[in-house]
Parts: sequence; structure tokens; C-alpha cells
Amino acid sequence: MARFGKEFAKGLIISNPVFVLALGLCPTLAVSTSIDNALGMTLAVLIVLFGANILIAAIRRFVPNITRIPIFIVIIATLVTVVNLIFQARLPDLHESLGIFLPLIVVNCIILGRAEAFASKQPIFYSIADALGITVGFMIALLMISFIRQILGTGNLTVFGHDFGNVPVLGENPVAMFILPPGAFLIIGLLLGLFRRTGVMKGE
Amino acid sequence: MNELVAIFLGMVLINNFILSRFLGLCPFFGVSKQLGSAISMGVAVTFVMALSALATWIINTYVLIPFDIEYMHIVIFILVIATLVQIIELFIKKTNAQLYFAFGIYLPLITTNCAVLGITLVNRQEGYTLPESMVASLGAGLGFTLALAMMAGIRERLEMANAPKAMRGLPIAFVVAALLGLSFSGFGGMV
Repeated sequence: MARFGKEFAKGLIISNPVFVLALGLCPTLAVSTSIDNALGMTLAVLIVLFGANILIAAIRRFVPNITRIPIFIVIIATLVTVVNLIFQARLPDLHESLGIFLPLIVVNCIILGRAEAFASKQPIFYSIADALGITVGFMIALLMISFIRQILGTGNLTVFGHDFGNVPVLGENPVAMFILPPGAFLIIGLLLGLFRRTGVMKGE
Repeated sequence: MNELVAIFLGMVLINNFILSRFLGLCPFFGVSKQLGSAISMGVAVTFVMALSALATWIINTYVLIPFDIEYMHIVIFILVIATLVQIIELFIKKTNAQLYFAFGIYLPLITTNCAVLGITLVNRQEGYTLPESMVASLGAGLGFTLALAMMAGIRERLEMANAPKAMRGLPIAFVVAALLGLSFSGFGGMV
């Protein structure tokens, strides 16, 4: 059980997929325009990573080494198709705003990376811990970026229709650049610099 | 004809794959340290994008739609891309050793490059015809190469720059990308 906790905890900070490993940058930057999108993307990644880690850990003894990558990709692509169809049926608004980044989870390096580095070598139980930890780490990164972008870019704090009020000054004069693509690059660059400066994460 | 030009310019400048659609960021930050390798990578990606767009268009139109199995498109597209990349790699290895050393090492990386799967999904979503998808994929590839080459040119000089210690490397590269993106957003109202 102690090891379960350890495998879970490492995804949060020590090997945070976004800030430390710099994996999965495309969806991170693209869907961090609002907190809603960030949470929706996290849900999709959770389902896919959870399923992929369990399946890959379960079949790890039967997969020939030479064909493992195509097998992993087919498993991941199948799970992504399932998630895509569920979102289309149950969460059409989210499906619409995540756009092609939902199917693009297939080529998200976080998921294939975990399959290759962890689930293909470890038992199912720890692979679950790994999937949960990495997803929470991904969620932390997405929420930080999208929180800053939404506040600066729109000036309001609406989450799934619940209005938590406007931010003074920014509410009337939002800085639209922050919800546009350049804002995403700027925020993640400054956050990375800040983490290195404060020593939370190691530099190069 | 005008529509094709509009799609092309849109893909290269306005909806640049890297700077405004965030597709293909891993090579953008990974392979953009030297101008030479950035351009090789860009050419390799453009080539694979065009071939994948062609192959997936044919499969989508003549297999997936007639048999009503469009929900399979994600699995099929990624398999087509992975297979294509393997074939190209083998072909180049056998026929042109020099070319293989120039960008052979980038080929395996391209399978999991979201720009390639991205263009096939965009083509499908927009319902482009065959000429339109070919123009779109070439434009997207050129835009990708352009952004990668610009970034590499800047980063070669950035190595000498006296940036704050915590910002060196990846963080400052993101800030540079933000400035590049800002300047590209000036193309917004062009077409």
C-alpha cells in the first residue's frame, strides 16, 4: 500500500507530466482557455490513461517486444474512440469546445509514455496508482494555466455555469491576449520559470 | 482556385499549426535547437502529412463512409499514419542512404506527432475534397516548417543571450513562442 501511495504521489510534482517532463504540451496549451475545458480534458485523459494502463499491465506478459508499440497504440486509439463517442452523446458542449483535441489524445505523449515506461513493466495495481497520479498532475498543471488565462483573459470566474463573480477591473477590461494562443505560451513559460526560481522544480 | 489559395494561406499564416493551433509542439521545442535539423524535420513532417492526407482521404471516402463505419476513423487514421511512416522509412533506407541519415532519425518520431494526425482530422472535419485536403496539408506542413525554422534561428542566438538563470532553456523558449504567436496573429484579418 505504501508503494501505491508513492507511485501516485510521484506524478503530482517530481514527475509532473506537463511541467517537469514537458509531455502533452499540445492539449495543455490548446484547452487551457477555460476551467471547464481543462476539467473536461482531464476527465477524458483520466478515462483513457486509466483504461490503457490497466489493459497494458494486464497483457504485458503476452505482448511480443517487437510489436508492442503498435499494440499499445491500437489499445489507446480504441479507448479514445470510446471516450469520443461518450462525450459526443453525453457532453455535447464539451465535445464541441475540445474539438480535435479529444481524438488527438491518441498521440498524447503522456499516455503512450506511461504505457511504455510504466504499465508495460509493472503489475496492474501499481499501474492504476501511476495512472491516477499522472492524471492528477496533469489536472494540476491544466487548472493552474487555465485559471490564470480565464481570469486575465475574460475577467470572470464561471465554472460549468456557476458564476463566482467578476474580478474587479479585469471584469470590465479583460486582456483578450491571454485567451488567444500567445497567452498560453507566455503563461506556461513564466510558470516554468517561476517553478525553477523557487526551486519547486529543477532547471536544466 | 481562390478557395484553394485561401485554404493554403490560412494554413500557413493565419491558423499556423504550431503557433495558433498548438499542433506539433513536441518537435517544436525538441528539435528547434539547430536550424539545419529544424528544416529537415519540417520537410519530413510535410512529406508525411501530404501522404497521410492523401491516404486517409481515400480510405475515408471509399471505405469508411460507404460501409458506415466512420466511428472507426481514429483507430484507422493512426494505423494508416504508423504504417506509412514505416514504409517511408524502409523505402528511404533502401534507396537513398544520404537522405536516410539526413532525416531518417526523425521519421519514427513523426508517428506520434499530433500535427500529422491533426491534419487528417481537420480535413475530415471540414469535409475537404481531395484537392482541398492536399492543399491544406501542404500549407500546414509549410507553416510547420516556417515556425520551426524561425524558432531555431532565434534559439541559436538565444543560447548566447544572458537570460535569468531560471528562465534558460525551455521557459524562455515558451516566451519566444508567445512573441512569435503574437506577430503571427497580425495575419488574422488577411483572408
